[in-house]
Amino acid sequence: MPSYNTSDFRKGLKVQIEGDPYLMIECNFVKPGKGQALYKCKLRHLLRGTVLDRTYKSGDSLDAADVEEIEGQFLYRQLDQFVFMDNKTYEQYELTKEQVDEAWKYLKEGMVCSMTLFNGNPISVLPPNHVVLRIEYCEPGARGNTATNVTKPCRVETGADILCPSFVNMGELIKVDTRTGEYIERVKE
Amino acid sequence: MSKPAPHADFLPTAPWENLRLRARLLKQVRQFFDDRGVLEVETPILSADTVVDRHLDPFSVVLDAPSGRPGPRRFWLQTSPEFGMKRLLVAGAEAIYQVTHAFRQYEQGPLHNPEFTMVEWYRAGDGMAEGMRLLGDLCDCLLGRGAAEALSYGEAFSRHVGLDPHSATASTLAARNHELGIPAPANLAEDDRDGWLDLLLSEKVQPELGQDRPVIVYDFPASQAALARVRPGPPAVAERFELYASGIELANGYCELIDPAVLRERSARTNALRESDGKVRLPEESRLLAAMEAGMPPSTGVALGFDRVVMLAAGARDLREVLAFPFDRA
Repeated sequence: MPSYNTSDFRKGLKVQIEGDPYLMIECNFVKPGKGQALYKCKLRHLLRGTVLDRTYKSGDSLDAADVEEIEGQFLYRQLDQFVFMDNKTYEQYELTKEQVDEAWKYLKEGMVCSMTLFNGNPISVLPPNHVVLRIEYCEPGARGNTATNVTKPCRVETGADILCPSFVNMGELIKVDTRTGEYIERVKE
Repeated sequence: MSKPAPHADFLPTAPWENLRLRARLLKQVRQFFDDRGVLEVETPILSADTVVDRHLDPFSVVLDAPSGRPGPRRFWLQTSPEFGMKRLLVAGAEAIYQVTHAFRQYEQGPLHNPEFTMVEWYRAGDGMAEGMRLLGDLCDCLLGRGAAEALSYGEAFSRHVGLDPHSATASTLAARNHELGIPAPANLAEDDRDGWLDLLLSEKVQPELGQDRPVIVYDFPASQAALARVRPGPPAVAERFELYASGIELANGYCELIDPAVLRERSARTNALRESDGKVRLPEESRLLAAMEAGMPPSTGVALGFDRVVMLAAGARDLREVLAFPFDRA
C-alpha cells in the first residue's frame, strides 16, 4: 500500500488510520529549538466527520487511503437502499440512507452524482450543485405576491420539503441549490 | 505586456512593503555590530564539514570527480556558519558577525523555510551573561520591545508546567504531558526524557514566552547542550540560551564548548542516536576539531533567525509574508 512520509504531509491528503479513511485538514510543522521536529495534524473522518488531533515525529508515515471519485448515475430507490451505477464500468452500488445523507432530497432517476469509493466501496455521494425538481404538493400560491421573503414548505417529487416563496404553485418546476437546500428560482418547462 | 495573475508562482509572496522593511532591518543589524566594533566576515556556505546534530538534516552536494581523479566527494550546505566562524576565533578573531543563508532539509511551515537567513556572531572572552546582554540589546534595537527578561529553563517549567525539568524522570514528564491533554506521537518512547521535555516546552511553555516583552531562557538541561559548555551542578546545566518574542523562538546562543575531546564524544553519541532514528551518520572529523585542538578561546556565540525577526516587525504570522521566494517558489 502506498504511504506518505511526514515530508509529504499537507492539507488535503487522504490517509488511513486504524482502517478508517481520513482527510488531513491541517498540518503544522513545529520544531522546538534544537529538538525533535513534530507535525501537529488535524484529521477529519471521511464518513463520520469527527476530527482527530494527532502529532507525528519527522520520519513517521501514514498509509494512503484508497479513495476514488467516480461518476455514479442514480438508478432507483428501494426503501432505504439507493442504487447507483458507475457510468464507466456499469457496476452497481447500493448505498444506505445514512451514506446518502442529505443527498436523498435531490435524487432523481438518471441523475449523475459524484460518488466517493473507499477500498472499492461507496462511502458518500454528492448531487450536482443545482437540481430541478417538480412541486408535487403545496398550499396555493398567493396571486400577485412576488415577495421572496414570505415562504412556505413545498413537497417535491423526491418526497423532500423545500422552503419556497409563496407565489410558486403545484406542478411547477423549481431550481434548488443542493449545498444549502435553498430555493433559487422557478424554471419554465 | 499583460499583467500577471496575482498568484502566478514566479511572483514574490512578500509584499514590497515587507521587503523594504527587511532591507532596513538588515542595515540596522550591520549598524549595531559596526557600532560595537564587531567585524563582518564571510565563510563558506558549501563545506566539507557539517554540524552533527540529532535533529538537523543538512542538504548534501556531491561533486563529480574529473576523470582520473578519486571521487566523487560529498560537501554540505551549512545548517549554520558556526564551524567556519569558530575557526576564525581560533585564528585570532575577537568579535565577528556574519549575515548568511543556512539550509535545513524538511523544515517547512509558517515558521520554517528550508533555506533561511541567519545572523550569527561571536565574541571571545564573553561568558553567558555578556552574551545574553548583547542579544537582548540587538533584539531591542530591531524590535523595540524593551529589555529582555532573563528566565531560567527550570523557572520557565515550574511557572508554566509546574515541575522541575532537571530532576523530573521521563515517566513523570510523560504523565504530566498526558494530564495536560497534549497529543503525543504514538511512538515517542516512554524513556525519551528530552522528547517529553521538548513536547512540554513547545506546547505549554513557549506559547507563553515573550508575550509582554522578549524573554531569554537560559541554563538548558545538560542533555540538550548541543555545542554549548556544560556547567557542573547539581543540577548540571548547558550554558545555552534562547530568545523568544510573541511565543516565537528567535535566537539560540551558547557559551561555547571549546574542549575537542568533549566534542568528539558528543558527535559519536549523536551519530548513534541518529542511526537509531533511522538517519544517516554525519562525518565526525572536521577542521573545527583540528582548530579546537590548537586551542579555541572561551567565547559566546549566538545565531538569530533573521526572517522571523522581520516577520514579527512586520506584524506577519507566516514567513511567506517576508520572503521574496519561499522554497516552493525557489
